[in-house]
Amino acid sequence: MDIPTDTPPPPSHVEDAKPTTPEQKRAARGATRPGDRIFLGLSRGSGIVLLLIMAAVAAFLAYRASVALADNEGNFLTTFEWDPAGVAHDGKPYFGIAVLVFGTIVSSIIALAIAVPVAIGIALFISHYAPRKLAAPIAYVIDLLAAVPSIVYGLWGALVVAPNLTGLYSWLDDYFGWTGVFEYEGGAPRSLMTVGILLAIMILPIITNVSREVFLQVPKMHEEAALALGATRWEVIRMSVLPFGRSGIISASMLGLGRALGETIAVATVLSPNFVINASVLDYGGGTFAQNIASKFSEASEYGRDALIASGLVLFVITLLVNGAARLIIARRKEYSGANA
Amino acid sequence: MAKRIDVSGLNAFYGSHKAIEDISMTVEPRSVTAFIGPSGCGKSTFLRTLNRMHEVTPGGRVEGKVLLDGDDLYGSGVDPVNVRRTIGMVFQRPNPFPTMSIFDNVAAGLKLNGSYKKSELNDVVEKSLKGANLWNEVKDRLNKPGSGLSGGQQQRLCIARAIAVEPQVLLMDEPCSALDPISTLAIEDLIGELKERFTIVIVTHNMQQAARVSDRTAFFNLAAVGQPGKLIEIDETERIFSNPSVQATEDYISGRFG
Ligand SMILES: Nc1ncnc2c1ncn2[C@@H]1O[C@H](COP(=O)(O)OP(=O)(O)OP(=O)(O)O)[C@@H](O)[C@H]1O
Ligand SMILES: [Mg+2]
Repeated sequence: MDIPTDTPPPPSHVEDAKPTTPEQKRAARGATRPGDRIFLGLSRGSGIVLLLIMAAVAAFLAYRASVALADNEGNFLTTFEWDPAGVAHDGKPYFGIAVLVFGTIVSSIIALAIAVPVAIGIALFISHYAPRKLAAPIAYVIDLLAAVPSIVYGLWGALVVAPNLTGLYSWLDDYFGWTGVFEYEGGAPRSLMTVGILLAIMILPIITNVSREVFLQVPKMHEEAALALGATRWEVIRMSVLPFGRSGIISASMLGLGRALGETIAVATVLSPNFVINASVLDYGGGTFAQNIASKFSEASEYGRDALIASGLVLFVITLLVNGAARLIIARRKEYSGANA
Repeated sequence: MAKRIDVSGLNAFYGSHKAIEDISMTVEPRSVTAFIGPSGCGKSTFLRTLNRMHEVTPGGRVEGKVLLDGDDLYGSGVDPVNVRRTIGMVFQRPNPFPTMSIFDNVAAGLKLNGSYKKSELNDVVEKSLKGANLWNEVKDRLNKPGSGLSGGQQQRLCIARAIAVEPQVLLMDEPCSALDPISTLAIEDLIGELKERFTIVIVTHNMQQAARVSDRTAFFNLAAVGQPGKLIEIDETERIFSNPSVQATEDYISGRFG
């Protein structure tokens, strides 16, 4: 090729390449036939409308939140109280989200710590251990569990689970009480731990289902690579299935975490709302963003609602951060991911 | 290390479908035995019965005997996991563990076997990669993922992984069918070197390849689609390609068949 690469092509060429008339521009987008054009218009239009609606909602919420924050006498991030009406502060609003951040994150961590291993275990059992006759019904039951409304979980948690947890709590106190995190002083077990356990049960189905799907997609050739080396069933899972399913497990956990962070009714039903941060996750009291909003919203003044909206925005930011972190984890070892092989 | 295989009266099934019927043959140690035959005649199925991989397919079932130096692989109390540790396998499509580095891919089998020393591991990995003629190409990037290699390199990595555990027998199912001619030649040369130490069985659709690399050749055929495949004859490669005793073999080799 003797075409010089570093000099610009002749001007006529540039004019050729640039679509100038509307017809040429449309042709460049591949939308010359009427059907294509209508579809292009529709999809672009709905995309823009969606973005506009979201922007409007965000602007509205941000405005209401800023109204609340402007008058707040307490420190929004560090205050351990929720008193937007200023009952205890001469009528001056005084509120902060420290307790909510703590309660939301701690209960979600407990939920994930319990649910993820159990869900992976069940998913592996369904995909790799259970005989086919058994696998289908188990998967079906798990699907059903995902469809149970949260209020049912909440009532079940408050009436059945919580009262039966005193034994577990005493046991935790006996063996791990020295850490301070698992100290139990008796009383109703309506603590962050109870919330975490209930959330774990609630997010178990979705994590199980997504993980199972991913495990079933592991290419036969990866599993056979391990088998042919003389791997046992568990070793096949360790060498082929789990590495391949890793990003899927992370995505599944994020879906579960998203639900745990935002779960409202079940938490509000089980937790005894008490605006404190306990060193022990077994002491009653604490709160989460969603639970706090749900239990206070209906009785709040307009200003009180603005304050709750401000807290809701923080929950939104936390969810975004968590999702971003998950994407980073997945992307970091992309060259090692099984997807390209 | 190399051992001989004696197969007698072997049938293999997928559910109720009989894929191969009444196969008996001997695979000599320290030699290359090639399996040829039309598509669907059960070469892969038969190969996979030799290291008990057939039974991992849902519905997979085997009848008959496979003796490895006299020990029945299908005897009661024989753990298929141990069989596969002694009889290695290389697949049609290169399948290195995508999440593992080149080093870990080669070391994977040893780690499964449990007992190894760290220094030993380095030696074995180097020796196996050299044995697979891959060492010079990868010695500077042992910690990079195996999936970053070219197809031919990946296949040689899979061979290195298989020979790292010093198997008695190495089974290869069309190991070159996904590779370019140069990688194919590299692997054929490698097979020539490996047969000094291992018993090798290779499935191939490439007649020239069978003629080039193998000492003995087995021809499989099936009467009709849906019928089980059968062993037609097995003999010295030279004889099979010059003067086979069955007409069907000659037809197939000379291209007068399907
Ligand atoms: N997983 C499976 N389930 C059911 N039947 C199978 C399966 N794999 C192979 N078969 C059947 O068993 C028979 C033998 O197949 P096999 O793969 O062993 O043939 P092959 O000789 O290796 O063919 P090719 O040269 O195309 O690789 C075929 O009839 C095929 O349809
Ligand atoms: Mg085959």
